[in-house]
Amino acid sequence: MVFARQRKQADTKNRKQKNWYLTIGIVLTACMLIFITVGFFWTPYKPSALSAADREAAPSLRHLFGCDQMGRDVFSRTLEGAGSTLTIALAVLAVGAVCGLVIGALCGYYGGRLDALIMRLCDAVAAFPSVLLALVVLAVTGPGKYNVIGALGVLFIPSFARLVRGEFLKYRDRDFVQSARLMGVGDLRIIFVHILPNIWPVLLSGLTIGFNNAVLAEASMSYLGIGVSPTEPSLGYMLKDAQGVFFTLPWCTAFPAAVAILLILGMGMVGEGIRERMGVAS
Amino acid sequence: MGKALLKRAGLLIGTLLLVSVLAFVAFSVIPGDPTGSVLGMEATDEQIAAFRARMGLDLPVWQRYWNWLTAFVTGDFGQSFKFDMPVSELVFTRAQATLVLAAAAFILIVVISLPLGLIAARRQGGIVDRVVTVLTQVTMSVPNFIMGIGLMYLFALVLKWFRPEYVPLKDGLGAHLRYMLLPALAVALPKSAMTVKLLRGSILGELGQDYIRTAYSKGSSRGSVLRRHVLRNAMIPVVTFLAMAIGDIMAGSIVIEQVFSIPGLGRILISSIGTRDYPVVQAIVVLLAGVVVLCNFLADLLYRVMDPRIDGR
Amino acid sequence: MPKFVKRALLLLVVIAMLPVSLYGCTGDTEPTPSTVVSDSGSEPTAAQSGELPNGNSVTVGIAQDLSNLDPQMAATAGIREVLFNIFEGLVKASPDGSVIPAVASGYELSEDGTTYTFTLREGVTFHDGTPVTVEDVVYSLERCAGSENEGTPLVSAFSVVESIAAVDDSHVAITLAQPSLEFLNSLTAAIIPKDSGPTITETMTGTGPFKFVSYAPQDSLVMEKYDGYWGQGARLDKVTFRIITDTNALVVGLKGGTLDLVLHLPNTLEREVKDDFTVLQDTMKLVQALYINNAVAPFDNELVRQAMYYAIDVDEIIEFVCGGAGVATGTSMYPANQRYFMPELAENYPHDVEKAKELLAQAGYPDGFEMSITVPSNYTQHVQTAEVIVEQLKAVNITAALDLVEWESWYQDAYRNHQYQTTVCAIAAEDMTAQEMLVRYMSDHRKNFISFQDEEYDQVMTQAMASIDEEEQTRLYKRAEEILNEKAGSLWIQDVCDLAVMNPALEGFTFYCTYVLDMSTIGYK
Repeated sequence: MVFARQRKQADTKNRKQKNWYLTIGIVLTACMLIFITVGFFWTPYKPSALSAADREAAPSLRHLFGCDQMGRDVFSRTLEGAGSTLTIALAVLAVGAVCGLVIGALCGYYGGRLDALIMRLCDAVAAFPSVLLALVVLAVTGPGKYNVIGALGVLFIPSFARLVRGEFLKYRDRDFVQSARLMGVGDLRIIFVHILPNIWPVLLSGLTIGFNNAVLAEASMSYLGIGVSPTEPSLGYMLKDAQGVFFTLPWCTAFPAAVAILLILGMGMVGEGIRERMGVAS
Repeated sequence: MGKALLKRAGLLIGTLLLVSVLAFVAFSVIPGDPTGSVLGMEATDEQIAAFRARMGLDLPVWQRYWNWLTAFVTGDFGQSFKFDMPVSELVFTRAQATLVLAAAAFILIVVISLPLGLIAARRQGGIVDRVVTVLTQVTMSVPNFIMGIGLMYLFALVLKWFRPEYVPLKDGLGAHLRYMLLPALAVALPKSAMTVKLLRGSILGELGQDYIRTAYSKGSSRGSVLRRHVLRNAMIPVVTFLAMAIGDIMAGSIVIEQVFSIPGLGRILISSIGTRDYPVVQAIVVLLAGVVVLCNFLADLLYRVMDPRIDGR
Repeated sequence: MPKFVKRALLLLVVIAMLPVSLYGCTGDTEPTPSTVVSDSGSEPTAAQSGELPNGNSVTVGIAQDLSNLDPQMAATAGIREVLFNIFEGLVKASPDGSVIPAVASGYELSEDGTTYTFTLREGVTFHDGTPVTVEDVVYSLERCAGSENEGTPLVSAFSVVESIAAVDDSHVAITLAQPSLEFLNSLTAAIIPKDSGPTITETMTGTGPFKFVSYAPQDSLVMEKYDGYWGQGARLDKVTFRIITDTNALVVGLKGGTLDLVLHLPNTLEREVKDDFTVLQDTMKLVQALYINNAVAPFDNELVRQAMYYAIDVDEIIEFVCGGAGVATGTSMYPANQRYFMPELAENYPHDVEKAKELLAQAGYPDGFEMSITVPSNYTQHVQTAEVIVEQLKAVNITAALDLVEWESWYQDAYRNHQYQTTVCAIAAEDMTAQEMLVRYMSDHRKNFISFQDEEYDQVMTQAMASIDEEEQTRLYKRAEEILNEKAGSLWIQDVCDLAVMNPALEGFTFYCTYVLDMSTIGYK
């Protein structure tokens, strides 16, 4: 969960590519979102419904993505799995970004001892092997969606906090901030109204990277079998489940893997597009 | 600068202490007890009480922490509950496996990404650049365990070039490294993609700077400008990124070890959390955190050396 | 430099294409990938082509982690399976579940049933070459009884032992506090050299057909043929047990030619290996059930438990989880234990949703209820069983949530502290006695983790255990099994199917009725 410190690019030759990235990224992400949104309301079969007759069925018109060892429809399960992966990733991102923003903003703006202390704490959390922290949190709280969100969310705070803090450090002594201060504007107002809009592009691109990291983290965790329930599948758990039958039931691996990759790819390209556009804009 | 470094080194130790406290506290609140896997399911209450007393589990948390810390400082990592052997003995061969994996991955990242980033930047906008750009974007999107499964199945089961049986270091360095190549690749590829991208962007950014124009106006060729001026400055963010990525590489190794059945730190870490073998977990946590914190520290150091403009904070 | 750059580029292109091409291939909806499988099936695998020059050795994949190797503690079934090859007791297990003489050549039981007198076999030696003496035997038995453990027996059945004494140079007498027909089974406990207890996990000196070579935790245990073995020696020269806790990795090991034998592979993975390997099938000799905490509402109501028994479809579970190869049990007894097994009990609760709803209504839950099933996550088959049960209970409006937990917290919370509603797990027997499977359900037995309370059951069990008439004892144990079924103490499901997957060049594998993996009879054809 390290944010690549991207240099802003002033190179005008990139202007064409930026549109290309953003367009493809948005189209891809939109397709995935539509796919997943449909899954929230409708799936061709109940994702958990077992069927002895359809066990190990290959992909066909009846079962677009085939069936797994227990006769469950892989298409329906992929829809549901992608849905829960997306929900978890977004929620993790929300926890990490909101807490990280507040902490980073306050630390960056005020500085001082509290800043040093909180940054140390962030370092400590970041130095903790992520899987371990998640394991420990989940061992305390027990498995379940919300607990996974909490565990991963905490892990995402330090990187956001550091990103935001760095930006605030850059802006807090700028002329427009100082003049606002001279005019008697309150600190909170300066933080949220005057400085925040300036760091928005950086934050946005951080969010796209964070989103991808969240999807990856969630998938890795459920692949390791941590904090998931097989009755509400996620993409990672489906992959783990299907790995043993990779050759005989390849569809059980291929489709969830493809969905996970496309989801990350789309968002990654959106982020890239945003970065390039912002490089030109500034 | 010396004073600043000393301060940072102090902070480093403070961070490690904080990590060890966090780990200790976490383990005193989670449910479960090591007795089940050690004594068997049907152990009597007396057996359990005796075991807990022998292992010092009946002491209050702060006292256990103090005992652990004082022993740890003298190099005594304690005794594993489950395997009934010194933690140091148990952890070191595994740490070796993980470190070799991480180091191999790191080297692969450098070997793969530097030339590619350079060539992509040099031929900016050309076919090669486009191909590399698309490939990096796609590779970045593949979770490393999917990459691992893919590589493993392709090379071990379809092509049969790779024998899926772990070779420990004691069976020969060559064979050991040969086994580690594929898992290291699985860890390295996504990160390499990011590095290529970063390096390309960074070089292009430098090329737009004023001093480059000056160099060109003095008649330097593109190649010599790249080599003599751009690379050094363009490497600064890349080096920082690589050093910071070591934490990620370690975390990635934990997952990939599962895929390739490597008896490294990841596997024993997860199973020791499962069996509540605290001394083992504690040692590994501090070890991993130590490596990560140390690498960040080195990155900081390197950053200062490479870019004299940075000072103070 | 440019040349190097170009080469590196080429390398990257190749590498980066891998995931794309690979997923392109497996993503095909045509069954092309399966042709890949049959391709690899037609040409011999590495294991098949290179087995005999391999120094007459095999590599066995075991899914269970080994921990404390002390042969007299042998905490888990996985450890017992491995150590069977290295250590022996006065008697040892035979495939049908009875015990046969080993370090002892025979024994006599006194008329009152309290004193066993064993005659030591001549020519039995430890792996270091020294002969087994009567002192070694007395030392070993006393250690089992707790001489090095502050009096707490290492082998729990030894709590009835009153004294152990050498009669002469070749006879040992064991006196019990009360008569016990079943005590003989616990004498499979390992005989080790005198005073070797504190170092036994390092020396690992026993009398079995294989001698210990090395052990690396979470990695491997290696043993070699012991040439001085008193009986029929091992066919193989070297056996390596490789500890691979991930079942998917076991499949990779088999297919990649690095493993020759894997025990207990989940049934759902059978199809991936059946073309290239000899697949042997049996049952696990345990009872898998939806164990119910009888002490908490609504499960304290017998009607609710019976309703749930009608609501689940045992045959469907066996079909999904074991491909039909499990055996329905109906009570806490497994089929291999023929003397006590009652197949008819499995028919008492046919799948009947209407009847289940009726009983639920009678019990005061016409609209069903919510419950949770706790499952230790490392057991694939239990997780799958729970998944099927969750679906089946939906038909009678019971909403079950599935909680996967680590084995350690399952053990602590559910098994020991009874903090659970229901759980899918399996109870296995260490030996072939009925008592092993039944005594735990007596009202105040410490192993009664389902808190089953029934006066008649307690009476019947007390009588049965004290009985010295075998027929009477069998009748009483069977009555106890019936009570468990009638009261639906838990939803006894099945004895899970067990698969052994073996390199086709090997032969001689035998399933035992207890947790034993006998490597001495296995060899290349």
